[in-house]
Amino acid sequence: MTIRFNDETFRDDYTHFNSPEAIQRFPFPFDRDDYMYSVNIESHTSGPKGTPFDVAFDVDEHYVSEMRDLAITLEQDPKRCQSLPHMELAGWDLLELIMTSKVADYPDLFELHRDGNAWRWVNKPLGIDDSFTFLDASTLPYGPMEYITRQAQGDFAVLDQRDGSLWMDAGMVTCQADWSLDFNIGMNFTEWHAPVPKAHEMRIFERALKFLMNVQQGAPSRRLNWTMTVNPRLDTSPENYHLWGPEKRTVTPENVGQKQYLRVELQTFWRLPRSNALAFPIRCYLANLQDLSSVPKWGRRLHRVIRDLPDELADYKGFTLNRPMIVEYLSQFDDGAETSLGIYPAEDQS
Amino acid sequence: MMIQPLQVTAVEPLTSRITRFRFEHPDGDTLPLFSGGAHIVVELPDGDTLRRNAYSLISDPMDGSGYEIAVQREESGRGGSRFLHSSVKAGDTLNVGVPLNLMALNLRAKKHLLIAGGIGITPFLAQVKQLALLGLSYELHYAAPSREDAAGLALLPDDPNVHVYFSADGNRMDVPSILEQQPLGTHVYTCGPERLIAAVKDGATTLGWPASTIHSEAFTAPPPGQSFQVTLAKSGKTLVVGPHQSLLEALEAAEVDIAWSCRGGACGQCETAISSCQGKLEHNDHWLSEDERAANSKIMPCVSRFVGQDLTLDL
Repeated sequence: MTIRFNDETFRDDYTHFNSPEAIQRFPFPFDRDDYMYSVNIESHTSGPKGTPFDVAFDVDEHYVSEMRDLAITLEQDPKRCQSLPHMELAGWDLLELIMTSKVADYPDLFELHRDGNAWRWVNKPLGIDDSFTFLDASTLPYGPMEYITRQAQGDFAVLDQRDGSLWMDAGMVTCQADWSLDFNIGMNFTEWHAPVPKAHEMRIFERALKFLMNVQQGAPSRRLNWTMTVNPRLDTSPENYHLWGPEKRTVTPENVGQKQYLRVELQTFWRLPRSNALAFPIRCYLANLQDLSSVPKWGRRLHRVIRDLPDELADYKGFTLNRPMIVEYLSQFDDGAETSLGIYPAEDQS
Repeated sequence: MMIQPLQVTAVEPLTSRITRFRFEHPDGDTLPLFSGGAHIVVELPDGDTLRRNAYSLISDPMDGSGYEIAVQREESGRGGSRFLHSSVKAGDTLNVGVPLNLMALNLRAKKHLLIAGGIGITPFLAQVKQLALLGLSYELHYAAPSREDAAGLALLPDDPNVHVYFSADGNRMDVPSILEQQPLGTHVYTCGPERLIAAVKDGATTLGWPASTIHSEAFTAPPPGQSFQVTLAKSGKTLVVGPHQSLLEALEAAEVDIAWSCRGGACGQCETAISSCQGKLEHNDHWLSEDERAANSKIMPCVSRFVGQDLTLDL
């Protein structure tokens, strides 16, 4: 196998770590030294080889441990996975998309054998070898969406398209940046974005909705979003705020480099064939400030972005409390040199 | 819009005016599946004119071996259907886009009521296959001038949920009575002449159906009209839109880069800002709001036209 899977945790003792290779391929979200919302959508599955951008559904060194963490979260709170009755067909579409994509991108890790609707799925990293009948949910241990998203890193929202909007009618959400599927289930695009500051007056959502409703089969898109998290915790849900919220107060000037994580979401958008639903995977990547600053360009840029971010955005992203400490820590990596364009770790010109 | 060359593998007359065309991948590859109600855009290279027309898919959405459309010859149209009927033969290759659905079934409905007039039967031919597969409750009511004109007849399942009406036999569809008999939670979908769409909408509204349960095939073919001139503010270009050309086609002929997908005024992709306008815009789309139309600030170049002294686009 080409990937060495970490044995690590995302809760309690937090043994998560990024290898040097994982740091180099981290999806750093800032392509310039300041940040404001934009409809920063681009075509997906094109990007430099080895990055999370040139595969449909990235499988990395955290795969096996993340799937274990998902199972714990789901065991404790089954409402993290919900699918309204009319979304089962979309679940099958998603299952097919993820299986065929994983096989195409990682033929050494996954196999799919199809004879009409008789399917056999082999997932070597997770030790799964299941035979089932496509479109017959009784032949799987879970519904089709739950079955496949228990084997795919990141969150998945599956959106029904009707009445001029997108509706969050199904999803598997266990590594979210402080939002709740159980709260949002059944809401439309405008409703679930209501809390986001500034973006409405910029008409961001109007344009984004128009774009998303026109996403076509075979032409997926992506965008990056980000926030900050203390400790490498996947499950930063509102339901468990009492577990992770207080951890914000454990950050000190001495440990901020290790404990403060940049949390990046690689969001992709896929039109599903039979259901006409829109799949919205949200893949979470975590790296702490110390690891990120090992790339000189990222250390410089992150300092400038966090320092200059408008207060209401820092507030919305939930790191107002620790911002002075973060900026102070990052300032040691900012020598004032110009940074190069784009998100990749190429050396800056000095 | 992703376009791929597909081979025409069958051309079969269904009636004197309606012909079925089947497209397959030249190497026999499976084509992307789709949902009932989806359409494809077909490129029609007719001499110097390149038209891109949208047609509803009538084949089984779960069958990726080919795409089928049924096209009615429109003598007074812009020429796309005449070209297909007179020039396209089995073995030809045409560029075809991926399926796009602007009239998908609302899968939350307790029951689906499909009402078709004439060639408006096309999206429902795929939808009844999807409904049957999903085991959902539905009724189809299909009106045509006569049995000989009813292209959909041979393509519909022999099913008690399918009702046909031929006015030549004195058998007319009674829309209010059909609507009255529906259970709560029914969604109605209409495709056909404007007056049928209006009759269903009025009838359902009178009965108190929520607006969100009343659907109709929104996208339309670009209508022909008078020739008009357009100025492009950014590039400084001036171009003339011919009587049988759409503004979008004229922009494409002038190599102006513009996004599109349905080409029927429904999806919103080609929305274009107007820099100045002296004259009357003919808004034929289903996308812009009444306010936007009244403001003369936007146009949908795929279907809308202009009569007057000056139209300058922000392009």
